[in-house]
Amino acid sequence: MSKHLSPAIRLSLVLLVLVSVIYPLVIAGVAKLAPGGGDGETVSINGKVVGYANLGQSFTEDRYFNSRPSAVDYNAAGSAGSNKGPSNPDYLKTVQARIDTFLVHNPGVRRADIPAELVTASGSGLDPHLSPAAAAIQVARIARVRKLPANRLTQLIGEHTEKPLLGLFGPETVNVLKLNVALDQLR
Amino acid sequence: MRFDLIGLTLFFTASMGLAILTGRYIGRVFRGNSTWLDWLGPLERQLYRLIGVDPNEPMTWQQYALALGTLNGVWLVYAFGMLLVQSVIPVWNQQQIPDMDWMLALNTAISFLTSTNLQHYSGESGVTYFSQMGVLMFLQFASAATSLSVGVAVVRSLQPHTSRNVGNLYQDLVLSITRVFMPLSLIGAIALVLTGVPMTFSSYSVIETMEGVSQTIASGPVAAMLPIKHLGSNGGGFFGANTAHPLENPNAFSYLINLLNVLLLPMAFICFVGDFLNRRKLAVILFTIMTGYFLALTIPIVTEELRGNPAIQSLGISQASGSLEGKEMRFGTLASAVWCGVNVVIPAGTLTGMHDSFTPLSGLFMLLGMQLDAFYGGVGSGFLYMFLYLIIAMFIGSLMIGRTPELLGKKVGIPEMQIASVILVALPLLYLGATGLAVAIHNGHPDVGWLSNPGYHGFTTMLYEFVSSAAGNGSGFEGLGDNTPFWNLSTAVVMLLGRFIPLIGPLAIGGLLLQKQYVPPTVGVLPAESWTFGLLLAAVIIISGALSIFPAATLGPIAEYLTQYHF
Repeated sequence: MSKHLSPAIRLSLVLLVLVSVIYPLVIAGVAKLAPGGGDGETVSINGKVVGYANLGQSFTEDRYFNSRPSAVDYNAAGSAGSNKGPSNPDYLKTVQARIDTFLVHNPGVRRADIPAELVTASGSGLDPHLSPAAAAIQVARIARVRKLPANRLTQLIGEHTEKPLLGLFGPETVNVLKLNVALDQLR
Repeated sequence: MRFDLIGLTLFFTASMGLAILTGRYIGRVFRGNSTWLDWLGPLERQLYRLIGVDPNEPMTWQQYALALGTLNGVWLVYAFGMLLVQSVIPVWNQQQIPDMDWMLALNTAISFLTSTNLQHYSGESGVTYFSQMGVLMFLQFASAATSLSVGVAVVRSLQPHTSRNVGNLYQDLVLSITRVFMPLSLIGAIALVLTGVPMTFSSYSVIETMEGVSQTIASGPVAAMLPIKHLGSNGGGFFGANTAHPLENPNAFSYLINLLNVLLLPMAFICFVGDFLNRRKLAVILFTIMTGYFLALTIPIVTEELRGNPAIQSLGISQASGSLEGKEMRFGTLASAVWCGVNVVIPAGTLTGMHDSFTPLSGLFMLLGMQLDAFYGGVGSGFLYMFLYLIIAMFIGSLMIGRTPELLGKKVGIPEMQIASVILVALPLLYLGATGLAVAIHNGHPDVGWLSNPGYHGFTTMLYEFVSSAAGNGSGFEGLGDNTPFWNLSTAVVMLLGRFIPLIGPLAIGGLLLQKQYVPPTVGVLPAESWTFGLLLAAVIIISGALSIFPAATLGPIAEYLTQYHF
């Protein structure tokens, strides 16, 4: 054992310098050249940062496209999912309550048309996206509150729908923050 | 959906192609042939001088194991100590994050040392940037190099010549870092930075959202940690939500890079085995078995998730996109389920969707995949499990037809068989015993408050935690209140045993086989390089491995499934 102790300690020190100091500093240097400078892309209105493009934030007011429920209330310093099991009775009551709330705020919507993502929490609690369907089902409400024509909102969703990568990977999505920024700019 | 399937098929085909190339490259590295990184030679010689070792000094398997044990001991002491005092380390300490208590520190140190990455802390609030880079990522590199080195040493000892020398540990470790993990991590990290993954040492920023709420944004040197987390089959993410976090995995492009990093080296290692031993057919047979079982476990997870949660269905809403609790919209159900399948058979064990919220039957396939641990498996370690199954299958097969068991020209004797069978019995005993203990404690003190989900699902939660610990997977049903003395200490023990028993055992078997005389193949032996034997091997894996978890799985995911659908 003692024969191996000295090389073990020395190897650890060498490795520490290599992988924990040099390597991250090199990557941080490269990141300075990348878009966002390694800090993540922000979204601003009139020069004021209102959010990060890749991070969801809570939208619950009727005048905005609402984001998905979040187990951590969009706490970007404490990401987590609900971790509720599929048969947990308390969880199912929570989902039922979300459905009821949604129907109150969106009269005229059929229960069978509510997409599951609008009443289930994401894995990170910070999901920045909705499906185009989950945005479309909120159009009537927003049109009423904002006194805007519904087809203008539908068009806005279309403009903000992100296509799958190469047409092959992932579903179509709408970034809720960017959509709502654009919504505020509609006149 | 149809396009997703085409995309994923193309992606897996491309991964296999890259794995073949990488496998050949690893073969050249460990045979000492020239590669495009030979300009690193002077640097490596400098490293050996600094370490104070001769990289060509032969080692027996015992010396190799002892040197490895010493190194891992040093790493454990270092990591444990640093996590205890992380708040006073003056550099890279962004948010006044407190020290870990000793049980959490011990669990975390062992968890990263063993390549498990169970993570009973939360990345945003539990560790400093220094701990992320200097302790956790350090261990991710170190443990990955350990797995690869032992894997290479075992493959080396399957060569036909007779020797006691399984190779030099220090050389294997240094080459693993400089020639494999470091170059691939650099490429991966730079690609991820370009997709928008942060790499910064600034403290968290605070913004006011459009609805006027204050939101604190945790960030950090994320891009550096991600490649080695996946390449080394580690799985410890920067943030609490792991690879589901939009800053770790912002889009489909980052998803593909991350998934490729998970798959590449475990697949490449099998190609390396065929290349290094010049036994291509053996590699093809092993690769086919692994791919077959990988698909057999992943496809049901995908179909179950796409079908949706029947309890949600009964609330009368649309589940057209599948079961979405705990999943992210940018990946959707299909890609989240595929990710889950890959990460249970390969013990990176990272999450893009929360396994706790997957439908009941998916949990069964997760448990099976984790526990067998050989369908590609971890880098290096996946082959070690497969090697144990090989020994058992060869012994059983040869006895059935009345021949002497031989593997690649070396007689398989009683000691080799004993080691292999003890390991394959010990591991289920370990996680089943520990689960039994947990259930006994929980039932004695129902107010202990571990479980956020009642009933069968609660049982699965505890079983999953121990299976994941024993297999070095590190994913979890995160509804478990796991930062408690019982879970921190019990999983620490299970992780240590679950790591080092299946690491040292195959090394010993390899060392014993290497000392034996090579016997040229005759008609009197069962050849390992035949599809008949491959079929037997596949049967032995499923019979010996799957049966050990089935009774427990009946009480967990199967019972939950049956009650959801039929009662």
